[in-house]
Amino acid sequence: MRIAPTFNVALRALRRNKMRSVLTALGIIIGVGAVIAMVEIGNGAKAQVEAQIASLGENVILIFSGSTTSSGIRTGWGGAGTLKIEDAEAIRREVPGVIGVSEEVVSTTQVAAGNQNWFTRIFGESADYFDIRQWPLADGAPFTPQDVRSANKVCVIGRTTATQIYGNENPIGQILRIKNVPFMITGVLTPKGLSPQGVDQDDIVVMPYTSAMKRVIGGTTLRNINVQIGDPGQIAAAQQQIISLLRQRHNIRPGRDDDFTVRTQQEIAEAATATSRVMTVLLGAIAGVSLLVGGIGIMNIMLVSVTERTREIGVRMAVGARGTDILTQFLIEAVTLSSVGGLIGIICGIGASTVLSIYAHWPTLISIASIAIAFLFSAAVGVFFGFYPARKAAALDPIEALRYE
Amino acid sequence: MNNGALVRLIDVHKVYRTGEMEVPAVRGVSLEIKRGEFVALMGASGSGKSTLMNILGCLDRPSSGSYFLDEANVSELDRDQLAEIRNRKIGFVFQNFNLLPRTSARENAELPLIYSAQRLSHAQLRERADRVLASVGLAGREDHHPSQLSGGQQQRVAVARALINEPEILLADEPTGNLDSRTSVEIMAIFQQLNEHGITIVMVTHEQDIAAYAQRNVMMRDGMILDDHAVSQRVNAASQLQK
Repeated sequence: MRIAPTFNVALRALRRNKMRSVLTALGIIIGVGAVIAMVEIGNGAKAQVEAQIASLGENVILIFSGSTTSSGIRTGWGGAGTLKIEDAEAIRREVPGVIGVSEEVVSTTQVAAGNQNWFTRIFGESADYFDIRQWPLADGAPFTPQDVRSANKVCVIGRTTATQIYGNENPIGQILRIKNVPFMITGVLTPKGLSPQGVDQDDIVVMPYTSAMKRVIGGTTLRNINVQIGDPGQIAAAQQQIISLLRQRHNIRPGRDDDFTVRTQQEIAEAATATSRVMTVLLGAIAGVSLLVGGIGIMNIMLVSVTERTREIGVRMAVGARGTDILTQFLIEAVTLSSVGGLIGIICGIGASTVLSIYAHWPTLISIASIAIAFLFSAAVGVFFGFYPARKAAALDPIEALRYE
Repeated sequence: MNNGALVRLIDVHKVYRTGEMEVPAVRGVSLEIKRGEFVALMGASGSGKSTLMNILGCLDRPSSGSYFLDEANVSELDRDQLAEIRNRKIGFVFQNFNLLPRTSARENAELPLIYSAQRLSHAQLRERADRVLASVGLAGREDHHPSQLSGGQQQRVAVARALINEPEILLADEPTGNLDSRTSVEIMAIFQQLNEHGITIVMVTHEQDIAAYAQRNVMMRDGMILDDHAVSQRVNAASQLQK
């Protein structure tokens, strides 16, 4: 094959109709650009969700109080209050591999200091909580196991709560009144940002769960228990042991449902990333449709071009071009259109997603694989949609083509 | 079988089918053209001369009969093989020039080389195109596009294109049909000059005075050869131009 001169001929033909070539390539530019931008946004969202899941802590098992049915009304998770402090202690004592347990109670309430007040979330936890959630303090010190045992009136607060109540003042050592009970602030947590559900995780007061149950929330049951396992390989076994331990402690007969729910961080992560993966696929599919439309545009223009240049094809055949030469020429034209469009589209897509991440603060993630696939796909679009017009050109009868007006 | 003829047609028929109807265009033509001849193929429209020309040019195959070009039976070749024969052995000149628009004279002349089996560098292509353009009197106009050239000049580019691959035979289909009489004589002068250098030329024309520049006139009617005679009073285009 004499590819090089054929390639030149194709390029020259494209240059001869600059406006038309640009407009045709525009279809592919928009299609590929959309694919790249969408996939990058989708990947960014997925990575963000994964990071947030990781921020739950490492090797964590969450146990929620089950729902219960009373008079036909089912309460939500934690509503039944089936988890007792003793359950947490039993897990701490009996399940192998456990390196941390935090009993958790949650409430929302008004807190106040001086003439400022703020509505925030109260988390009662054990001293292990900060390790389990991998949530170090920015300033000050966490409460101690001693504080938990004695139900001391101490707490640490999140960045949002600190800013809302104390502004630029240092909150450490200050007294925060929670339901009129004075708590001393021992530390401020590092900012964690939004949770996967969009909740501001820094809008929080964390105190010993004993203090919370005794002085703020009341009640004797836990909403959930956070358990951290040392060795990731032991998580599945620990999960099973926790289930059988709690069933035994709650006297649940075989065949009846658990009155609690055990979730590993892995399961939560999978559910969350599955959602963002669906989103990526959907966005990609929509973008793919626009690429398809771009391909049809190429086919349309190539058909017009073949008709317009029938005489030229006849001349080329008369001077010795074979069918394959003509086929190659038109295929190269189509593929050049689509792959140059693809390259520009990739640049536009990266540009668009960069602009989005800068101005809209959307997380985006540039993936080399998606760029390579988009480029190869755009070239394939050229081959696929260019083939029919090119074959039509190659199959022309030279005598008819020379006579064509 | 070998008697030195460049072109040998033996009882060639060409029948076109239009629906149920069979339309015979060429009905049993036998013709020999020797190397170095300058033949004018004449006849009214519908006489079959264009069909015969297409067969001679390997653009079309006879329905029956044989066509030997340079001792090779080309009536049995497939599309790609015919394309190669056209590229190597035949040069075409058309009535309406058939140059590629918006393409320089040089690139138009280079066209057959692009499809040639011999691999030439860009510089070699250029050098050959410029040389052949100069031989038809177009030196200095290599970069002109067809729209910037007169009809006569365009036809010279077409002749240059036909000659660039050093063909065995030059086939011209009404080469002067779109030209005024002075330019026609100029083109005939080029043809005669080429013929003197040994190139075989077959030219279709319906003009008696153009046919007079050839050595031999073949008249066709109703798909058959009516008359075949040497030109007794041949006109010399070059000396005509001197006047």
